[in-house]
Amino acid sequence: MVVLLKGSNKDLPVAVWFILPSFIGFAIFTGIPILVALVLSFYDWNLLNTPKFVGFENYDTLFRSDPIFMKVLWNTLYFVLGSVPLSIIIALFIAVLLNQKLKAIAFLRAGYFLPVISSIVAASLVWKWIFNPDFGIINDFLRMIGISNPPKWITSTAWAMPSIIIVAIWKNLGYNMVIFLAGLQDIPKDLYEAGEIDGANKRQLFWHITLPLLRPTTFFITIISIIGSFQVFGQALVMTEGGPGISTNTIVFYIYQNAFVFFKMGYASASAWVLFFIVLFFTAIQSKIGKRRGAL
Amino acid sequence: MIQMGKSVSSNWIKGLSYLILFSGLWIMILPFLWMISSSFKTLEQVNEIPIRWIPTEFHFENYLEVFRVIPMAKFMGNTVFVSFIVTVVTLMICAMAAYAFARLEFRGRDALFFCYLATMMVPDQVTMIPNFIMMKYFGWIDSYYALTIPKFFSAFGVFMLRQFFLTIPRELEEAATIDGCSRARTFWSVVLPLAKPALVTLGIFTFLGEWNSFLWPLIVTNNVDLQTIQVGLRTFQGEFGTQWNLLMAGTVIAELPIIALYIFAQKYIIAGIATSGIKG
Repeated sequence: MVVLLKGSNKDLPVAVWFILPSFIGFAIFTGIPILVALVLSFYDWNLLNTPKFVGFENYDTLFRSDPIFMKVLWNTLYFVLGSVPLSIIIALFIAVLLNQKLKAIAFLRAGYFLPVISSIVAASLVWKWIFNPDFGIINDFLRMIGISNPPKWITSTAWAMPSIIIVAIWKNLGYNMVIFLAGLQDIPKDLYEAGEIDGANKRQLFWHITLPLLRPTTFFITIISIIGSFQVFGQALVMTEGGPGISTNTIVFYIYQNAFVFFKMGYASASAWVLFFIVLFFTAIQSKIGKRRGAL
Repeated sequence: MIQMGKSVSSNWIKGLSYLILFSGLWIMILPFLWMISSSFKTLEQVNEIPIRWIPTEFHFENYLEVFRVIPMAKFMGNTVFVSFIVTVVTLMICAMAAYAFARLEFRGRDALFFCYLATMMVPDQVTMIPNFIMMKYFGWIDSYYALTIPKFFSAFGVFMLRQFFLTIPRELEEAATIDGCSRARTFWSVVLPLAKPALVTLGIFTFLGEWNSFLWPLIVTNNVDLQTIQVGLRTFQGEFGTQWNLLMAGTVIAELPIIALYIFAQKYIIAGIATSGIKG
């Protein structure tokens, strides 16, 4: 800190004006709220009563006597494990196919990317109907190929989470694909030529050149996918409202529910800090192991 | 990827690639096709099994009906207004701060910048609750203030623009200073024009992010007159959940502007993601 405070101060008078608008807003809407959220997590407050200091009770309840929160954590983990690996593997597969000299590349890429820019509300609404057990496209198709008793999808506790996972894969695929394509284009062409001269076939080239050289990209995508997936919310609210039962109740949905439906502000803040530590854990792995690809 | 002669095996691989890619594409755009197709149907036709992809008759009046049944014009107006204001103000505020972090010398600069970076790790859900409480105390719930002002200050925006400003050669600015330009003047007429690609990229992603923003508008607006399109569609689904044809017409209207933006700004969006991992 002391080292950081050294150096010339010659531009201070003008710098103040450049930074002030950002700094004030940043302090009010990010800096102070972070501190307030921390304090709040030690209080019991429903916006109406006088806030009551309860120490670590909120955290204690979360981990020891709230069976719903355990299920919520498990649901979120299920979602992350279900959606992240598949969306990465499929995206890599599509990116490798697209990275050939093909016609209609721009068209194909745009099509795969379309779900990324579309809103989660719109996507969830459409998929909600696609998963409709009686009239939806999926079960219509499944019956057509002879499955007489297809899953009930979002109306069944067992299939609701897989439904949401499918939507997440569909939505994130294009994003991962674009990053993979950029990574693939950075691999020097002469490595492949050298490999071919040595008599390697396409599969060997993929396993021994493409995949190892793509590792930083894959790592980056994995980490940001995990962090993003732990924050899943839109599908859970619009498609299933956390249900049926609590089968699709995820961490952010639970925070939303506690804060803005039950007005348990302290308890919701404590859950938000649990989410923060999960995210922090993966960010730490990212900055420890991976090279930051964050810079432009 | 791999240069090959026009051998049989290479053609075979290409053919298979096309087959897989186009089958996949079909699955990816199927939801959009269903959305468009249903938006032209009557309610009975939406429920028809098996699904008729091209409606027997096109009910264009659904698109007028949705404006009558829900305050669609209001929703769209709010969304355009909020997205536009947030984009413009965010760009200004971020660019100014980013310039100071990149070029101006003052004590504590790097410490402050580190604070900005550190907050990027904190998920929005942590600050959301105190911000909501603050909106309540300010009396900003159900106002454009709550929808816009807290969104103006993006740490990511400052970070991204700072990185870009660092790549601009100092000589260009020094020349302007020698010609007698003030810092503010140099920033405005030398740095900003050079930073256009970065500003456009940040602008597009801010706009997309605001257009699709859901959780924050959901918690700070109860009044239908102030809701954005995403929240409006969700409310509509709850209240008139059975009118899927109208709901889909509304969804098409909500999606059209961002799809248009995507078509025109594809280059920036793809490059932005590929180089910085930015997410809308």
